[in-house]
Amino acid sequence: MDLTSLTIHGLSDKLKKKETTSVEVTKAFLKRMEEVEKKVHAFITVTADEALKRAAEADGRIAKGEGVTPLTGVPIAVKDIFCTKGVKTTCASRILDNFVPPYDSTVVRKLKEAGTVILGKNNMDEFAMGSSTENSAFSPTYNPWALDRVPGGSSGGSAASVAASECVASVGTDTGGSIRQPASCCGVVGIKPTYGRVSRFGMIAFASSLDQAGPFTKDVTDSAIMLNAIAGWDPSDSTSIKAEVPDYRTFLTAEVNGLKIGIPKEYFIEGMDKEVEDSVKEALEVLKKAGATLVPVTLPHTEYAVGVYYLVATAEASSNLARYDGVKYGLRVSETGGLLDMYKKTRDEGFGGEVKRRIMLGTYSLSAGYYDAYYKKASQVRTLIKNDFDAAFRSCDVIATPTAPTAAFKLGERVEDPLTMYLSDIFTISCNLAGIPGMSLPCGFTKDGLPIGLQILGRTLDEGTVLKTAYAYEQATEWHKRRPKL
Amino acid sequence: MKYEAVIGLEVHAQLLTGSKLFCGCSTRFGSEPNTQVCHICLGMPGVLPVLNKKAVKFAVKMSLAVHCRINPRSIFARKNYFYPDLPKGYQVSQYTEPLSEHGHLEIDIDGGRKRIGITRIHMEEDAGKLLHGEGIEDSNFSFVDLNRTGVPLIEIVSEPDMRTSDEAVAYLKALRDILVYLEICDGNMEEGSFRCDANVSIRPMGADKLGTKAELKNMNSFKYIKEAIDYEIQRQIDLVESGGNVVQETRLFDSSKGVTAPMRSKEEAHDYRYFPEPDLLPLNVGAELVEEARSTLPELPEAKRQRFIIDYSIPAYDAGVLTATKELADYYEEVVKATGEPKVSSNWVMGELLRLLKEDGKNVGDCAVKPASIAELIGMIKKGAISGKMAKEVFGEMYRTGNPPAGIVKARGMTQISDESELAGIIDKVIESNPESVDRYRAGNVQLFGFFVGETMKATKGQANPQAVNKILKEKLGG
Repeated sequence: MDLTSLTIHGLSDKLKKKETTSVEVTKAFLKRMEEVEKKVHAFITVTADEALKRAAEADGRIAKGEGVTPLTGVPIAVKDIFCTKGVKTTCASRILDNFVPPYDSTVVRKLKEAGTVILGKNNMDEFAMGSSTENSAFSPTYNPWALDRVPGGSSGGSAASVAASECVASVGTDTGGSIRQPASCCGVVGIKPTYGRVSRFGMIAFASSLDQAGPFTKDVTDSAIMLNAIAGWDPSDSTSIKAEVPDYRTFLTAEVNGLKIGIPKEYFIEGMDKEVEDSVKEALEVLKKAGATLVPVTLPHTEYAVGVYYLVATAEASSNLARYDGVKYGLRVSETGGLLDMYKKTRDEGFGGEVKRRIMLGTYSLSAGYYDAYYKKASQVRTLIKNDFDAAFRSCDVIATPTAPTAAFKLGERVEDPLTMYLSDIFTISCNLAGIPGMSLPCGFTKDGLPIGLQILGRTLDEGTVLKTAYAYEQATEWHKRRPKL
Repeated sequence: MKYEAVIGLEVHAQLLTGSKLFCGCSTRFGSEPNTQVCHICLGMPGVLPVLNKKAVKFAVKMSLAVHCRINPRSIFARKNYFYPDLPKGYQVSQYTEPLSEHGHLEIDIDGGRKRIGITRIHMEEDAGKLLHGEGIEDSNFSFVDLNRTGVPLIEIVSEPDMRTSDEAVAYLKALRDILVYLEICDGNMEEGSFRCDANVSIRPMGADKLGTKAELKNMNSFKYIKEAIDYEIQRQIDLVESGGNVVQETRLFDSSKGVTAPMRSKEEAHDYRYFPEPDLLPLNVGAELVEEARSTLPELPEAKRQRFIIDYSIPAYDAGVLTATKELADYYEEVVKATGEPKVSSNWVMGELLRLLKEDGKNVGDCAVKPASIAELIGMIKKGAISGKMAKEVFGEMYRTGNPPAGIVKARGMTQISDESELAGIIDKVIESNPESVDRYRAGNVQLFGFFVGETMKATKGQANPQAVNKILKEKLGG
């Protein structure tokens, strides 16, 4: 039996029945990494020693039957955007190449408390800016389904590491689609919870009002288990929501009779990729057969979402990234030219091209004389986009769309064309602007064997219904069981 | 042409909270550099701010004390600029929607009262400090101390309602008194817990339109503030008179030369790219918090001053001096309570006590004399047990030792002679031994009365009760 092919719930059963140990499983994953990591490049840092130590601790707890959770002893990975105490955290940027945080992010702390074994830190687009993981300062990540293609981004390493069975599950972040789009590209399940559902403390900020952490898993059940572990109010994050967290597994009933699924016409448009369109429409038929009702809805301000996003996100980023100045930590390029020179050289050498582009865009839109026309206007339109969803959810329980307009594209294909790259997130961005939960799960493959993702969006704090819908679909299909051959 | 100056002031007051505005670090002044810092105030990657509730309460109290309207919803904003003392690359402040607005404050000026408008009060975090070449061999380096980073401040912005440096100083003093009364700021200008920037412009007397202003910085005492404003007004008048134009700029006051000099012009001014701080929710100050703050407001200096004038029938001047600090006012009231003599009590507290404290550079809180002891001393004078002159001597010892007056008087054998038959005997002897003077006095030279008083005092080593001496002398001399 290949231990690396297991889901969280599958592995957890075996650990509890003492059919295997966390140390044995952890070793299996480290060996798997040795075999495939040179092809996939899903990790920036691997913490093998620490992982084995924690695996042994987990085995101790399982043996005694003390404090065992469904995640005890389960090997996972986290995006290199989450601060990990004593372990280098780079955000895939040269400017943080040498940064070792003295604190854990809340997500990492909770995962440690749940007993997981963290195998390492996943590759990503620098500061989570990108849709292909080609913007990592260290190396791109390669799609396990087709090594000449991107895994999506920005959480490409996290998605690819699950798809390539280098870990059971992983955690990424999603600012405009950075969990859902790579989940779609890599044929795994990814959920971006409601903004504020998961603490952002210790998660390196890209765009503070949009960033949200969420898991990558092999199936929907695992997604619920991971969400149970990381969701919840955090006194250290003023924007986290003080609301009870339900046990998300209780929603996994495959019972969707009477569920109303909204189909927004703005997401099914002329000229969209035929294979994507067909797969998603087929998926909707599957849900209909399972008892759901499909209702047409409209989200009229969808066409402005990408524009609004690239004003709001870049503005916040330009400010969030000001702290990387060479004074306190991280890279310092120190010449004799004085303070200004140090700032300029440090930031010039420390940041990659896409990060610089976004800092400049954001700085511009916040500047005196432009603020009203750009940032302020974008914030107003953002409210309209949120209102669209509120209106749509009056006539449906969830909304279903394609996750991305195409399957995974080839490396290099969109690097020189940022606007096309930005359109990779056209179906995922509105969800972040509205702050609602969104999920992507596999719903088919192209004739070239590339995964296609179905996106399910839900009401604020209603991750439960999103998971329920996804679970019903997953129960009726086999896509999630396919694994890439590496 | 006659000109008038237009002055508006921006005051930064450091709030006396134990911890910083967005993290749990201590706000203590004067610790070793960078010992009161954590990953949050250091602006490390991924950290988030959590607002200090006590700081909000303090800011609400100040808003109420100067009659500002509290905005039920205010917004924190980021003020973006690069500087090594600003770890995040932005300062969290409030911009378009501040905590409170539309307040005012009354000041005493030229024997009258004047109302100064307060535009707004907003909350913000302080930056750190740069140390340049202090005790460092290589002066090419600057050092950063981030202990102050994130310490809570309120910025109090006035309307351009002041016309002279005296008005500006009176406003600042009144503002500082209130902050200290509220016990939300220690008002220490040298340590920077009460800082002021001044916007100064001039215009022809009677004109409505405002002139171009200069912003003055770097004034850390009332004296320097007055000097800087006076210098700047004259500089602008001279400039305009000689055909020049005032340019909008920031100017630093150089206290060693007594002049202001340009720091940066409008063209070089920062574009701070303010936008709402996405890491904090809008600040909702509910009616409950406002009422709680209102109910804990102490009597403020102005109200106390008015009450002293009315209830104690003391002059406005006395009331002003005695209410300068809450400590002093409380002290005075304790004395009055024990003596029932407001004016006499005021004379002692304002006169002897404050004079000695001033000589020593001390505050009433540092003083060894208990209010009850002053009351006792006043009682002894009233009873005629000691003379006023003796009392001053006794007070000097009370001040040095903290001992109550009765013991001092007894130990020194300073009891006053008030017994009239005893005094009559002594006075008889004085008259007998100065027959010439008696004749001259009786012949109309009444100025000699003082001479007889002096002789009597000499004979009693100053212990004679002066009122009794006067009375007996007049009888005996038949004046």
